[in-house]
Amino acid sequence: MSGSEHINRNRAVDWGLKLYVLLAYAFVFAPIAASFVFSFNSDRFPSIPLGDFTLDWYHAVASDPLVWEGLRNTLTVGVIVGVISTALGFGAAYTDYRYKFFGKQVYLALALLPPTIPVIILGLAMLAYLSRIDLSGNALSVIISHVVVCAPFAMAVIRLRLNQMDPALEPAAWNLGASEWQTMRHVILPFCKPAVFGALFITMAVSFDEFAVAWFVSGLNETLPVKVLGFLQGQVSPRINAIGTFVFVTSMTLVILAQLLLTGRGAKARLAAAGQE
Amino acid sequence: MRSRLSLYGLTFSLPLLVWQLLFFVFPLVFLVALSFWTVKNFTMTPDFDTVNWVTMFSRGVFWQAYGTTFALATVAAALTSALAFPCAYAIAFKLSDTARRWAVFLMVIPFFTSYLVRVYSWQIFLSDAGIVNVMLGYVGLGPYGMLNTKGATLVGYLTLAFPLVVLLQLFSLAFIDRNLIEAAHNMRCGRMRTVFEVVIPSARVGLVIAALFAFILSFGDFVSPIYLGGGDPTTLSILITDTTKSGQQWPRAAVIALTMIATLLVVAFVAVRFAYAGRASKEVGK
Repeated sequence: MSGSEHINRNRAVDWGLKLYVLLAYAFVFAPIAASFVFSFNSDRFPSIPLGDFTLDWYHAVASDPLVWEGLRNTLTVGVIVGVISTALGFGAAYTDYRYKFFGKQVYLALALLPPTIPVIILGLAMLAYLSRIDLSGNALSVIISHVVVCAPFAMAVIRLRLNQMDPALEPAAWNLGASEWQTMRHVILPFCKPAVFGALFITMAVSFDEFAVAWFVSGLNETLPVKVLGFLQGQVSPRINAIGTFVFVTSMTLVILAQLLLTGRGAKARLAAAGQE
Repeated sequence: MRSRLSLYGLTFSLPLLVWQLLFFVFPLVFLVALSFWTVKNFTMTPDFDTVNWVTMFSRGVFWQAYGTTFALATVAAALTSALAFPCAYAIAFKLSDTARRWAVFLMVIPFFTSYLVRVYSWQIFLSDAGIVNVMLGYVGLGPYGMLNTKGATLVGYLTLAFPLVVLLQLFSLAFIDRNLIEAAHNMRCGRMRTVFEVVIPSARVGLVIAALFAFILSFGDFVSPIYLGGGDPTTLSILITDTTKSGQQWPRAAVIALTMIATLLVVAFVAVRFAYAGRASKEVGK
């Protein structure tokens, strides 16, 4: 076959490309790995060769009341943002799935555009607008602006799940005498449950890491990422690595939970559905 | 599917619409109004005065920052696309299905790590006594001053945009008809020629959109130019943070922000036109 002959002839090119992929991933993961390694390293100005193993930076971070306050703000904001974004995102995804109406394109644009606007512009607009209506400088203002950015992610995740639903399922429930509300509660919501929790965790993770808009609108109620920005502006210290590693582990836990929900449970549900047929 | 909006339908569709109108559209519209307000004795008063536009547009600093930002973002978009393409190509065509799934999963991870922490990490690599200079020292080179340069800013932009660009390129490569590539091979079309005359044109829409996102991300980022580029030369994003945070000159910051939005809209429009232009003529050609 000419195909296999072709592959043989270009084996060197193939390996070169694979090596390039490894290099690309090394570039992407170098800063993440370095931050993890240096969070346990004693040197004030991190470099190689490594200094001694230490937990000092974690102690320094853990004994800083401002960091705890930031963490508390981040968690409070993250959970509330997750719940509101997921609820709004679900509504929008269901609307897109079920209805056709005049101006739907505009509706979808509103639902999906916010993440493409540079955060610095969004931050300034939010700050100016929210302070005009006396809502700036507190945790509420961070929640409001984070929902704007996070709801599109929730919508996308849930919309993908609705795509997997048999379009005949909902009309079938109606034909059997269920009202729209009953159908929503007993058919659609259970079907979307994994995606709803997936969206919840993903939006929480996005909110945990967002610093720019939060920096503009938070005032004195700074979230943890805004604190990190403060550390960067002031005395740069490996404490950033300790916080970074902590936030990374938290975010990854959420994302992996979301992934398990979206694939694992979904697969099980499909198996169960297949079994019933 | 029924299409009339009922109370039931509105319960699901309205909340997001109201939220995004109130807290997304209105703030952006308010930004336009704000740009015509005046500042007297450190207080803003509603007004309709073009003074902010005139002041900003007549400043050399502003146009210098504009040029710098536009040039840096253009270079970043081109560089990110060029560096990401071989990676996306290899993932799409040279890896097994399992390896490809892992590659995609790994490329998603950076989205959930703090960009600030990664930028700080690059300082550890690039500073005068940093990892890269120590390693270069082992082979008798350097040290080079890499931090606080445009190159370091570009490293930051790459950190920001590279994963997204690889994923978008990968997505567009996945939809190429494999028969086209097979046909090119069978007709003894060389490997590089196949890439440039079959693969890239077929995936053009996705590749252009990916480059557009790299441009948007780099154009608006203020972290890399400050903490890797050293804040010099000034970019529009730095100008916004300075004007807002220290100067109390929100109306002027609004002028900068609106100029940025206008620029991004024009760039996006041109990019999308370019992405789809060839397609239309090809359809006609058939």
